[in-house]
Amino acid sequence: MHLVCPAGSLPALKAALQQGADAIYVGFRDDTNARHFAGLNFDDKQLDNGLQLIRQRGKQLYVAVNTYAQPQGWTRWQRAVDQAADLGVDALIAADPGVLAYASRRYPDLNLHLSVQGSATNVAALTFYQKRYNIRRAVLPRVLSLAQVGQVAEKSTVPLEVFAFGSLCIMAEGRCHLSSYVTGESPNLCGVCSPAKAVRWQEDTDGLSSRLGGVLIDRYSPGEPAGYPTLCKGRFMVNGQRFHALEEPTSLNTLDLIPQLAQIGIAAVKIEGRQRSPAYVEQVTRVWRAALDAHAKAPAHFSVLPQWRSALDTLSEGSQSTLGAYHRSWQ
Amino acid sequence: MKLSLGPVLFYWSREKLLDFYAEMTSQPLDIIYLGETVCSKRRALSLDDWLGLARELRECTKAELVISGLALIEAASELSSLKRLCHNGELLVEANDMGAVQLLHEQGLPFVAGPALNLYNAPALAELQDCGLQRWVPPVECSAALLHDCLKQLDALGRPRPEVELFAYGHLPLAYSARCFTARAENRPKDDCQFCCISYPEGIPLLSQEGEALFTLNGIQTLSARVNNLLADYPALQRSGIDCLRLSPRAEDMAQVVADYHAVRLGGLPPLLAQGCNGYWHGRPGMLNAEEAGLC
Repeated sequence: MHLVCPAGSLPALKAALQQGADAIYVGFRDDTNARHFAGLNFDDKQLDNGLQLIRQRGKQLYVAVNTYAQPQGWTRWQRAVDQAADLGVDALIAADPGVLAYASRRYPDLNLHLSVQGSATNVAALTFYQKRYNIRRAVLPRVLSLAQVGQVAEKSTVPLEVFAFGSLCIMAEGRCHLSSYVTGESPNLCGVCSPAKAVRWQEDTDGLSSRLGGVLIDRYSPGEPAGYPTLCKGRFMVNGQRFHALEEPTSLNTLDLIPQLAQIGIAAVKIEGRQRSPAYVEQVTRVWRAALDAHAKAPAHFSVLPQWRSALDTLSEGSQSTLGAYHRSWQ
Repeated sequence: MKLSLGPVLFYWSREKLLDFYAEMTSQPLDIIYLGETVCSKRRALSLDDWLGLARELRECTKAELVISGLALIEAASELSSLKRLCHNGELLVEANDMGAVQLLHEQGLPFVAGPALNLYNAPALAELQDCGLQRWVPPVECSAALLHDCLKQLDALGRPRPEVELFAYGHLPLAYSARCFTARAENRPKDDCQFCCISYPEGIPLLSQEGEALFTLNGIQTLSARVNNLLADYPALQRSGIDCLRLSPRAEDMAQVVADYHAVRLGGLPPLLAQGCNGYWHGRPGMLNAEEAGLC
């Protein structure tokens, strides 16, 4: 299985490369990709530099142009595709049928990967993108159980990439308007969930409150660890009870599933986190490289080493990790 | 302007569903969407029951009958059911997943693109027109400006405009997950959910710790807490190239909602401010209404 790692900056790209990523995925510095955060992503020169480094090591570069194009800004999405094709990237990751159509017709030799934002969870949907746009890979949303991933892999001829580690989207990607409903900025169109400018922290004698678009997401007692306010991981009131009604602050970690994923025939595992620091990228890539190599060497004797687990736990949201939807009981 | 009744998003008993549609047949509706779009485990009505109901309704209403497909297809069994639904041989289908688009396209069947499909621009619409898209229900977050730009972009491409149906009234379907939040709220595992969402005919309200109504839990679907209502915006909607307004079923008083919209389309004055939210239409956070957003 290929290890696909995130980079939101040149230092992160270098870290991923050094620690053994097989491919690194990046975005341009605008709303054409799903991690459109201030100060993140690559301008032309940085990307050129990054690509040279990647080529020197014989690794791959993927570029995500994976938001949905706004009609007014259509040329921006076209330009992003042109730019990726001109650079000679190893794959373009896209979700919008309009963007995929443009890319596949204009650049028939460009490898297209269906982004997780395309929300394809079943064989028929994958067939749509394969037949129309000749996608060479698809990233599955984090909503399928391991058995369901297996069913899709068995029936589909599209090579599959699954999320291995990182922040856990609990909604089908590309099908979540929670942040848009509260902040007015659509993750699908603008490439940002829980935009920083809509976040407010308030400290008073009772503790700390986090707000998004004015809405109270959580309230923490003094000393209680606080997480970045996202709507799916807030504490709310349901039927008179206060709890994490949608999900606890936790990260996805699937080290335990490496043997099963390999057996199913998964082509690549993806690390989430283009918005995270180079140190995060370095550490996660190192652990996953070691784990994948250990499995490749002796599949029958694979076991997750405690030091891998502890290294990843420190990087997880709320220092907790889960198998998420891969494990049926989570659902 | 046509009026449509969207599919029922909540889990209602067979009796409640049949009573509801019996009442709706006498309403001034042009299109009625049937079928289950949220959870494949809900079986108050099977596909055959829905098709049978459509045959009965056809006797007493002139409304066009459409069957809507599931939005999130995960298990192989769900895909088989979707295939049967797409090949039903009688009713036009609303596709809410690209899998349905593929299945319909393979059969050369026309379809409605439901609000759960991500179609935000003319090149994307053109792609689906080539596959059989006839009517487009834009994503619920679509603003007047986005719709305007999209239709202009279609014109520029030399493409015909599809029939446009806007989600005008009801709790907004905002997200789909593998996890059942209703079962979670009741501390039940999803595999042993006991169909507990049937106890909540309009979902479970989710409030902030300050008591602000935020979302509505409906099985694997998360809806808005507030009811989207574009009745006050009717004159603008008429000028926007919209052909049809979708009214999404609520547990009570749906006939009155239809009557209110019908009165305005007959020439009655729209209210200055309608109850509920309309932020999305005005390009603001969906949870706001135009007054809160400082737009009037």
